[in-house]
Amino acid sequence: MAKGRVSIVVERCKACGFCVEFCPTHVLALSSAFNSKGYHPPHVVHPEKCSGCDLCGMYCPDFAINGTKIPQATAQQAAGGEK
Amino acid sequence: MLNILDNRLDNRPDNTPDDTVNPVEQFLRSDRMPHIWCPGCGIGTTVNSFAHALIESKIDLQSLALVSGIGCTGRVAGYVKLDSFHTTHGRAIPFATGLKLANPKLNVVVYSGDGDLSAIGGNHLIHAARRNIDLKVICVNNLIYAMTGGQTAPTTPSHATTSTNPYGTFEPAFNLPHLVEAAGAVYVARWTTFHVRQLARSISEAFQKKGFSFIEVISPCPTLYQRRNKMGDGLDAMKYYKEKSKVKHGAPTSEVGLTLNGEIVVGKFVDRDRPDYQTMMRAQYVETLGERYLGDEVETECVCG
Amino acid sequence: MKADPRGVLTGTHFLDGDHACCEGALAAGARFAAGYPITPSTEVVERFAARVPTVGGCFIQMEDELAASIALQGGVWGGAKAFTVTSGPGFSLMMEHIGYAAMTETPCVFVDVQRGGPSTGLPTLPAQADMMQARWGSHGDYEIIALCPNSPQECFDLTIQAFNFAEEFRVPVMFMMDEVVGHMTEKVVIPPADEIDVTPRKHTHKSVEDYLPYSTNGDMVPEMAHAGDGYNFHVTGLTHDEHGYPNMTPQVQDKLVRRLQNKIRSAADRICLFEEDRLDDADVVVVSYGITSRVAQRAIDAARDQGLKVGKLRLITAWPFPEKKIAELAAHVKAFVVPELNLGQMVHEVKRAADGNAKTFAVSHAGGAVHNPDEILNTIVEASRC
Ligand code: SF4
Ligand code: SF4
Repeated sequence: MAKGRVSIVVERCKACGFCVEFCPTHVLALSSAFNSKGYHPPHVVHPEKCSGCDLCGMYCPDFAINGTKIPQATAQQAAGGEK
Repeated sequence: MLNILDNRLDNRPDNTPDDTVNPVEQFLRSDRMPHIWCPGCGIGTTVNSFAHALIESKIDLQSLALVSGIGCTGRVAGYVKLDSFHTTHGRAIPFATGLKLANPKLNVVVYSGDGDLSAIGGNHLIHAARRNIDLKVICVNNLIYAMTGGQTAPTTPSHATTSTNPYGTFEPAFNLPHLVEAAGAVYVARWTTFHVRQLARSISEAFQKKGFSFIEVISPCPTLYQRRNKMGDGLDAMKYYKEKSKVKHGAPTSEVGLTLNGEIVVGKFVDRDRPDYQTMMRAQYVETLGERYLGDEVETECVCG
Repeated sequence: MKADPRGVLTGTHFLDGDHACCEGALAAGARFAAGYPITPSTEVVERFAARVPTVGGCFIQMEDELAASIALQGGVWGGAKAFTVTSGPGFSLMMEHIGYAAMTETPCVFVDVQRGGPSTGLPTLPAQADMMQARWGSHGDYEIIALCPNSPQECFDLTIQAFNFAEEFRVPVMFMMDEVVGHMTEKVVIPPADEIDVTPRKHTHKSVEDYLPYSTNGDMVPEMAHAGDGYNFHVTGLTHDEHGYPNMTPQVQDKLVRRLQNKIRSAADRICLFEEDRLDDADVVVVSYGITSRVAQRAIDAARDQGLKVGKLRLITAWPFPEKKIAELAAHVKAFVVPELNLGQMVHEVKRAADGNAKTFAVSHAGGAVHNPDEILNTIVEASRC
């Protein structure tokens, strides 16, 4: 069950990979999609593992991503849409 | 163009709006994003730590002014939503000195690069440390003059290749923590852009100090330093920092000089107390002038009419 | 508004020009100065360092002129009226920051007590050879104001004027003294504070939401805010738009740089101060400034004694150059005689403004002393015959 979730401002990303590399629970991977500048922004591959620690946000030099802790009531929803 | 609504990359439940706000965003001039820094440049990462330090230290933002010089890091002033001054090359510290002296209530941060602060501005750096002016200096050290295309800086490690030392540098580099400690700084720390939380903590600590504080942040310049030295990209630099950094709080600064591929000693090296410039100035005037001393606070009412 | 009485040393004094300049700065409201010692200017800040703690404010001696000339601008953005003082070699080092003050519209005063150059030149002896440097010394197109006192009394009066112009137009003002004026001691009358007009800072009264740091309406001078006021403004020496944000396009450059020039040029009639005497019937006009105007006075009197129709135009404002006045005179006089302690600087401006309608004679002097009045007289005689 995910304790956190990630928010990505796709257009700011320059695909440095810092967030992917330093996410302690390996939630992210660079996607194959392009943003308008031609960079591959990260996407969430393991949503359930996100702790909302915001290390991705701390590392991102482009202010393009951040993690947030989810209040427990909504955590279940975030874990992958189980109702 | 990738449409974030059709092609969601985050893990938000489908029917929820994105109500999360990056805590750093409140300190940014969002209308100026994206910034000019290259992919994998570490300067933006240092800004995250700075922003988190502002949150942690609960510092009064209205009292905060940020002064930069010229260079890649010099652009920080233009991206933070604070009273911010992008000054001339090397002169952020003397500008900040004037700002602090005219309005002692301000918390003044100098945010600039290694070339700006230690080469063209080197004289100001040591004199500000000597005076113990109450400034917080964040020196982003990418080991090179980046904005101008990768020339040798006083911080470039020996044997690194630069555009002006294409066969490798041979002059010794400054060990900045050692330099500023010798000159009189009361707080000296070094981190890398890998150490985001430690850096934020150091900046918060510096806000608690009164006097000249200096925090060096080793930061990747993939475009002009890493590439020319076949050190990979920004991420490779970050991995190198992770692997080669040794935390040694209180390490003698004489032993923390950097080498091309060697260990990076990080930590808080100096944390001491001595009276800052304005405290000494007031004490001196009170002692010699007594009642005749009217203080150093400029009455802005009188200036502004 | 009127001067803050704490800074005004009302009374009749016997002061040298440097000390009178310091008193003028204090009367004008200067509460911060940053300096670096250099002959023959240091006495200005020595006096300031002694006086300002008892008035409220501070002086700092910086590590060099580069530092002094930018620290003072930090002081201004921190809310103070501020200045620095120097002479030739130091003035050269300050040039970049004169450009920074012009670009960022930082109101401040640079005092240059001129000595002989180039380089170290004549540290203790006079010259007037920094006049073009004052106008053009920093790179790029910009406009400044320069004033030239010719007595200790004027060192007091015009320093106040320099600060007032700086505040009104948000421009660096060059206060162009010379070694003789700086070191000569004369009677200086300092009026009561309530008789001294002081121009307040053009501080904005707009709300944080409405404030645009570099937008102007009508008078071309934007309103200012100080660090700590809550406006979160940005200041840069880069070409910038009304937000103060870097915007490096030819369009923004054109708009900004033209405004920086036009705010001064459009007010030139008001800024151009001069003293005139016996111009009504003059065939020849002696154009001079600073200490040389006092030497020229003797030559003019002697020429009049000989029956020559000579008049006097003393430039109190050197920049912007009073070209309108010169052009008017050129229409009905034969010639201008321009004595100055340099090998020809302002004379070229006179020639340009006269535009061929009157001849121009330089009376040059390499500096180190003032002219012999006879040299000026001889040129007046020569000009009268042309
Ligand atoms: S750290 Fe930021 S810029 Fe780098 S890949 Fe992740 S989101 Fe993109
Ligand atoms: S040149 Fe180097 S320091 Fe400058 S923005 Fe690019 S990576 Fe960063």
